[in-house]
Amino acid sequence: MEHIIQQGLLVGVLATGVRLATPFLLAALGEMFAQRSGVFNLGIEGIMMMGAFFGFLVTFFTGNPYFGLGSSLIVGFLMGLLMALVSVTLKAEQGISGIGLYMFGWGLSGLLFRLYVGGITSIPGLGPLHLPVLSDIPHIGSILFNHNWIVYLAYLLVPVAWFVLFKTPWGLRVRAVGTTPEAADTLGVSVNAVRYQALIVGGVLAGLAGAYLTIGQANMYADNITAGRGFIAVALVYFGRWNPWGILAGSLLFSMADSFQLWVQVMGITFPYELAVVLPYVTTILALAVSVGRVWTPAALGRPFDRGSRG
Amino acid sequence: MTQAINHLEMAGITKRFPGVLANDDVTIEVQAGEVLALLGENGAGKTTLMNVLYGLYQPDSGEIRINKKPVHITSPRQAIELGIGMVHQHFMLVPTLTVAENVALGLVTSAPVLDLKVVSKKITEISSSYGLAVNPEAYVWQLSVGEQQRVEIVKAIFLGASLLVLDEPTAVLTPQEAAELLNLLKRMAEQGRPIVFISHKLNEVMAVSQRVTVLRDGRVVASVKTEDTSAQELARLMVGREMTPRRREGEARPGRTVLELRNVQAANDKGSLALRGISLEVRASEVLGIAGVSGNGQRELAEAISGLRKVTDGQVFIGEREVTNRTPDKMIASGLGYIPEDRLHVGTISSFAVWENLVLKDHHRRPYARSIFLQNGPIRSATASLVGSYGVKTPTLDTPTGRLSGGNIQRLILAREISRSPSVLLAAYPSRGLDVGATEYVHTKLLEARKTGTGVLLISEDLEEILNLSDRVAVLYEGKIMKTLPVSEANERILGLLMAGVA
Repeated sequence: MEHIIQQGLLVGVLATGVRLATPFLLAALGEMFAQRSGVFNLGIEGIMMMGAFFGFLVTFFTGNPYFGLGSSLIVGFLMGLLMALVSVTLKAEQGISGIGLYMFGWGLSGLLFRLYVGGITSIPGLGPLHLPVLSDIPHIGSILFNHNWIVYLAYLLVPVAWFVLFKTPWGLRVRAVGTTPEAADTLGVSVNAVRYQALIVGGVLAGLAGAYLTIGQANMYADNITAGRGFIAVALVYFGRWNPWGILAGSLLFSMADSFQLWVQVMGITFPYELAVVLPYVTTILALAVSVGRVWTPAALGRPFDRGSRG
Repeated sequence: MTQAINHLEMAGITKRFPGVLANDDVTIEVQAGEVLALLGENGAGKTTLMNVLYGLYQPDSGEIRINKKPVHITSPRQAIELGIGMVHQHFMLVPTLTVAENVALGLVTSAPVLDLKVVSKKITEISSSYGLAVNPEAYVWQLSVGEQQRVEIVKAIFLGASLLVLDEPTAVLTPQEAAELLNLLKRMAEQGRPIVFISHKLNEVMAVSQRVTVLRDGRVVASVKTEDTSAQELARLMVGREMTPRRREGEARPGRTVLELRNVQAANDKGSLALRGISLEVRASEVLGIAGVSGNGQRELAEAISGLRKVTDGQVFIGEREVTNRTPDKMIASGLGYIPEDRLHVGTISSFAVWENLVLKDHHRRPYARSIFLQNGPIRSATASLVGSYGVKTPTLDTPTGRLSGGNIQRLILAREISRSPSVLLAAYPSRGLDVGATEYVHTKLLEARKTGTGVLLISEDLEEILNLSDRVAVLYEGKIMKTLPVSEANERILGLLMAGVA
């Protein structure tokens, strides 16, 4: 009997963990492109909130979660564009403009929620997509193949992001402008255009990450629904060393720890839940502390490009 | 593919920056099959002019004509398309990418996927047809400076350059590498390319060019055929007055040992061994020159001696005292003066006022401080007299040091270090990036210090400087002293070979 519970718990923890990693993966992969191009976007959290809210709002009014999803992507696009305008064109201090974007996203989504919705209301969400055959495999099936399609998309994006970054001309340009923008400039690469594009990709993915929280997971909206996930995504980019596979590892580590603490609470296992709640954060801090060391960072990260300033 | 450039003319180019007229009605002309040398001191406007040609800057007035047709170059992309290739003074390579990736970055392609194989193949073709050995799969950070320069040239040719501009290309090379490069440029010119060669080294200009345009203070002061001029005449045109190189005078009368290193080892920033057992001795009243291509442990050597870098093995003595791994403060107290390689960021605090930088090493001692207070009166009078006697051109004592020119910052550092009468003076690349006039001053001051009994350790990659100032020369190669020899037995060729690791 105990054996069965333990096995069920393990499957539950893993299945939830796989699912919980989704928003981190999406947001962190997007942030990776922005940082690889040399822009530190701390406003991911704000973009996720806006994506979460507009996904919810449009679904609430239309009843169609796909309309909601589309609006999240558009909002993500616009927020990415806004960050690019402020930090690339106007060359604002990136840390500060990112915090500004976060406050803006939080404030605006909260305000609009109170104006147009008011209370907790549920919406139709995206149901799980049972992959035929695969989802019937015992244990493995319910861990890996019993989620909605945004989850699959997020995992699929890991190799895609790797390919784009390392095997395409655009990825090459992104890596170049984030390391030695002066060199890219002399080769006729528009540094600012590439940074705009990377920030917009980051914005769209953060918008999708936000939409996943409302449409794909909770089927409702609450103030501060993102609960710091955007900031954790930024940390995961460092943890993953600006590499999609590293980001995957970091996202899974964090989400598994998170899943574990959720299940500990649900199952009422005798384990101090206060300790359990901090577990994912402690794990992340420890992992960062142990792994960072002499880490490579994009050399031009945080530095606006100004042709006139060359020597 | 672009059409070949047979004739390039930049006519009446004027370019202003806030407060500076960088190019004032400059006209140059170059034809296929010839090397045009653009000669001038730092700040004469050579690089600005080439950045105008490459579309990085827009001229305020003037016109560029290619094959007699006026063109507007508004971006590097357009310059590349017109067939202009440029090797910048500071290499424009992304260190974290491979050679092939660096080249591919300049390709205009609509292909969604990178095809590095094709790029690599073409790089190999170019490199074999011009004798420019490069490995397309190597990462740029792994390459030596000479190799990086070859990559730059290959990159320019790959992107279809018909005309090549090289900005101070030999500054970072060993004499042998430099000679090889000059030969290559001659060959390429013979094959019908126009080449613009920017330099302030007269012998190279004389060796490689057919015509010379001399710039001074942003203006063309002469445009002559190389065969009709001489190095002396060019020097006079470039500087605007007669120049005599400073040389040490009199035989060395070395005194007691003021600095000694015994088998010193130290690691570089990446953690690998940069100094592999250095032993050397500097005596009072002598200049020991350390020759070598930078990157062979020079920085680590200077930092190990000044207490900024941990010595992992071996001992450092200043005078009689062992100071291995003591703090910089102890080194200074033991009598070390230090002219660091990076004068703006290490030698001074650039946002500090001139007077603050001048008293930085003694600000906590009398007469500059009493108990916890700075003494404004003594500080002002002492620093004012230093500024006067070392000729630091500054508007006021309160001007931020970073606003001064490189030559004046170096004067400030010399004033601070030499006025403290150190027993040993460590000078790392003291004239790097300075123009002829400022260099002359630095040399005069170093020789004065030698005369008054200071032992000078001079780290430099400028062999002329080493040979003119040093009593003895040691050659540093891959963290080891290849050989130490009296200057009477040294010449450029011998040192060049030692610098390349050939014993």
